[in-house]
Amino acid sequence: MDNRNITGPRPTDEDEFVRVDEVVKIYGDVVAVKSVNLAVKRREIFALLGSSGCGKSTLLRMLAGFEEPTSGRIYLDGEDITALAPYQRPVNMMFQSYALFPHMTVEANVAFGLKQEGVPRNEIHERVFEALDLVQMAGYSRRKPHQLSGGQQQRVALARSLVKRPKLLLLDEPMSALDKQIRQKTQIELVRILDQVGVTCIMVTHDQDEAMTMAGRIAVMTEGQIMQCGTPREVYEFPNSRFVANFIGSTNVFTGVITVDESDHVQIESDDLPRPMYVNHGINEPLGMQVHVSVRPEQIRVTREQPAHEFNWSRGVVSHVAWMGSHARYQLRLDSGAVVEAAVPSQILAQSDAPGLDDQIFVSWDSDSATVLAT
Amino acid sequence: MRKLFVYDRPTLLRKLAIVPPFIWLALFLLVPFLLVFKISLADLRFGIPPYTPLTTLDNETLTLGIHLSSYKLLFTDSLYIATYISSAKMALVTTLCCALIGYPMAYYIARANAKARHLMLLAVILPFWTSLLLRVYAWVGILRNDGLLNNALMALGLIDAPLEIYRTDMAVYIGLVYAYLPFFILPLYASLVKLDNRLLEAAYDLGARPWQAFWQVTLPMSLPGVMAGSLLVFIPTVGEYVIPEMLGGADTLMMGRLMWTEFFNNTDWPMAAAVTCVMVLILIVPLALLQYNQASQYEPEKRRGNH
Repeated sequence: MDNRNITGPRPTDEDEFVRVDEVVKIYGDVVAVKSVNLAVKRREIFALLGSSGCGKSTLLRMLAGFEEPTSGRIYLDGEDITALAPYQRPVNMMFQSYALFPHMTVEANVAFGLKQEGVPRNEIHERVFEALDLVQMAGYSRRKPHQLSGGQQQRVALARSLVKRPKLLLLDEPMSALDKQIRQKTQIELVRILDQVGVTCIMVTHDQDEAMTMAGRIAVMTEGQIMQCGTPREVYEFPNSRFVANFIGSTNVFTGVITVDESDHVQIESDDLPRPMYVNHGINEPLGMQVHVSVRPEQIRVTREQPAHEFNWSRGVVSHVAWMGSHARYQLRLDSGAVVEAAVPSQILAQSDAPGLDDQIFVSWDSDSATVLAT
Repeated sequence: MRKLFVYDRPTLLRKLAIVPPFIWLALFLLVPFLLVFKISLADLRFGIPPYTPLTTLDNETLTLGIHLSSYKLLFTDSLYIATYISSAKMALVTTLCCALIGYPMAYYIARANAKARHLMLLAVILPFWTSLLLRVYAWVGILRNDGLLNNALMALGLIDAPLEIYRTDMAVYIGLVYAYLPFFILPLYASLVKLDNRLLEAAYDLGARPWQAFWQVTLPMSLPGVMAGSLLVFIPTVGEYVIPEMLGGADTLMMGRLMWTEFFNNTDWPMAAAVTCVMVLILIVPLALLQYNQASQYEPEKRRGNH
């Protein structure tokens, strides 16, 4: 199986530039990461998304080499790096609070990695300023880290982790130390730089907006496992579990029993709704099984008239309205007592008969906007 | 001027707050020093006090009697110059030894887990619970020709004749390093334990091997601790009296002993006072330079760091 004996360039699967193979990490009797498999493409920006303690940081630290997996292997560009020390890996990390060396200037911070490699002095200078130019910090080379703003420190940290041209760049909660106002702008800027450099990147974040803004693919993690892996759109539109549906944005979940199961549609009856639910995609679960139906708040219509069709609606009362600017968040109590959340665009609110607090209303949705979840 | 006054009201309050310590320093440091300085300018005489007054009023003539004979002797007699050099050398060597022994110890303590760390810190502080005099006496018992060390070495057959350590400079070094080591370890430990572990991880991540990371990150970041520890060892060591007196030989020249001899054996108060004043000058000048250097290093940074 050893490819190294084959003449010519070693075939590297571009889809598996980084491969995490059955990796497990156990601390004492706590399982931090239980059997994670992952494949990241070359030049991809990949996000590990999860709340604190889900194992995403441990996984990142194993990729950086600060922790050794209890079992499993990690491959980078076809090479097994599982046992390599952090200083032997072609991997660099941008730390959560940047970890810039406070006693060194910006220039010395960025030059640090090249100095350890024994790169010649004039080449160091050239590459340092190339990296600082990339993040537009060349004018600050003589400053010390504490003389920079949070955003500037982040740029320096980015330059420092890119200057060695790593095969893999790790970002640990890249925006957590920044003010909310500048985050989104910075996220887009960061993606632009990463694309320009063409580096493969794995980032860790607990912020779904950040993951969706920056990453090409997202892995949603909980309790040391990857629940779902896919593009932001896939994960948002086709969550495979209630956990993912709730974690990526918010959703309404109705629990019910499958009453009609055809190849192109199913019907599900729920105690929460007076009408059966009609979902226009087939599912693998058998008739009579209990399943969950997820409907996003923005897919829910709030009307004063009773819908004409026979599925997917209920009567209710507006119990709370929150104005969010681009839309309003309605909280609606259905006749069954179930509470449903709806996001109503501002254009509809501008109409004179927009439903107000305590108004009798009907909620409904289209049969193609619901997703059936088995778990 | 008025505007400044209004603006600086909190600063004014703050200035008032540091008045008590200044009064304390003035009363117990500056005034005694000025008294000593005054005595150093007097001449020896028999009587109580055993020196001439600075001013005398005779026949409505106020006479200011400044005698520089002590200072003249100080700078011409080779004994005094040799003593200063010897004291500075001993203090320097002691500080260096404390650094070489203390750094690994402080580093090890700072890296240990919390429980072991507290135990080891306690072990460092524990000797302070016994009087210094007692501890130095213990060293006499260890280092004497028929002491613990020599007996043990001879019983083991490692040496035939006892090592001549007691009453030599070597014994003084041992005593000084032993007594002042905790003063080096504690401030250094405090600065090492604060060191953010992520900085070391960042260094490893960027390709630094452990010793490179130590050399380029840990060591430079612990320099303030090294500096504080060195000063805490160097300054009291220069004027140390008890340890050279009890462990040193007749030829162990140290300022503390010299002062004692001048005051109590020769009852030459002006001479003793002059020795003291020059010692204070020798200690203060490098300290002031260091302080000034550090202050000027931080000043521009503070101003720029505001935005």
